[in-house]
Amino acid sequence: MTDIRIITANEAAAVAASLCGVQVIAAYPITPQTPVTEALAGMVESGELKAEYLTVESEHSAMASVIAASQVGARVFTATSANGLLYMHEMLHWAAGSRVPVVMACVNRGVGAPWTILNDQQDSISQRDTGWIQLYCRNSQEVTDTVIQAYRIAEHVNVPVMVCYDGFVLSHASTPVDIPDREDVDRYLPRWAGVPGISLDSCMNVNPLILSEPRQFPDGDLMPGYMDLRYRLQEDLVAALETIETADREFESLFGRSWGGLLWEYRMEDAEHALVSMGSLASESTLAADDMRRQGLRVGVIGVRAYRPFPAGRLVSALASVKTVTVFEKDISYGYGGAVAMDLKAALFDTELRPRFSSFVAGLGGRDVTPEQLVRAATAAITEEPVHGWIDVRGR
Amino acid sequence: MADKIRETISAASKPAPGEAGRTGDWRSQTPFIDHDKCSQKDTCLLCWLYCPDGVVGRDFPLEIDLEYCKGCGICAEECPREAITMAEGKTRDDVA
Repeated sequence: MTDIRIITANEAAAVAASLCGVQVIAAYPITPQTPVTEALAGMVESGELKAEYLTVESEHSAMASVIAASQVGARVFTATSANGLLYMHEMLHWAAGSRVPVVMACVNRGVGAPWTILNDQQDSISQRDTGWIQLYCRNSQEVTDTVIQAYRIAEHVNVPVMVCYDGFVLSHASTPVDIPDREDVDRYLPRWAGVPGISLDSCMNVNPLILSEPRQFPDGDLMPGYMDLRYRLQEDLVAALETIETADREFESLFGRSWGGLLWEYRMEDAEHALVSMGSLASESTLAADDMRRQGLRVGVIGVRAYRPFPAGRLVSALASVKTVTVFEKDISYGYGGAVAMDLKAALFDTELRPRFSSFVAGLGGRDVTPEQLVRAATAAITEEPVHGWIDVRGR
Repeated sequence: MADKIRETISAASKPAPGEAGRTGDWRSQTPFIDHDKCSQKDTCLLCWLYCPDGVVGRDFPLEIDLEYCKGCGICAEECPREAITMAEGKTRDDVA
């Protein structure tokens, strides 16, 4: 029987984590993530979810707790936003370096200063180099399904996964969500065997204080040192490109929904101009594409779902026959440009493709972005000169 | 063995003495126990309790494992009978 509920993306993330049978949750509330923690705490309190809920004093402690629980074989979940995510930064590196399959919802919010509680993607983009997989969602159904896929991916490659979705725009907007069947989720997500090399029968000293190069195991064997382990993390993140695709394909065969794996395309079949974006801004770009097509421009949209690992190969294939590329994004690497635009340009440089390239920073700190603004910016970039700019900066 | 190394993706090892190397090498001061001053009663054992490296034994007369003692001096500080003293030098030979 189909179970359709009208819920927010925050409730969707909590329900999905519960369906995955998480055993340990540690989280600290921060707007706009708070309803995720409230929903999960309620499920644990009522006995609906048999999990340990740790009320911690900070996000740093939340991440440290789920890392430890994951190391002894528990399936774990946490969620945060903005400055809370930044407070976790050290532990994000630690989770990836320890190769624990932590899954976290990142409800995207702008970072202070000045304070904002509203949406952009600066928080998760600022954690780009921590070794986490980052997946960006466009609606509450995708959030539900992506949390479930995230465990499949994380436990396969032993790399933590951040499921990112836009604060308020998605986190607090109620839409119908088809809730997967618990037994189907169990079939999709077999019981996890734990981090390789670590078991409760043979307690391990994880991340010893002294890590010589190469280090010697107590039995005398020489084991990989710091750089070798870091190289393996990079190798496995690149290999995760395939895992993300497979996880989505197998999800589709069981649940009948695909989210495109690494990326999704809209009206790209005959497109001469591509709009590229992530999350809800990518969804909105489809409205801009429709409008521009009515004006005679053959426009399509590519939504980047996996930002790390970066799907350079699939992006290049998807852009093989376009004349222009326009990137819209809610983040910036201060002093240069938007993160997605920079990565995409780098990917193209490894090929013969040289589309006219424009990029726009938009919607920082929750500033509203309308489809009309996207149409105006993209049309000018396509028909006049390529530009790297910002949309709707006032008072200049 | 080759498989074991290839499968190693995190810095995990069996806890064992010397997992961090022979930390006794770090010592610049060496502890001495005056067994006449020591209570020699297991109702005390504060030196054993406070030692951060677990190198103080529990059998009397007490022995300190100098392979791993870093010479921090916490045992000497905590002993209520001042039975433990620290002397400059890496080994007892240096001091003597």
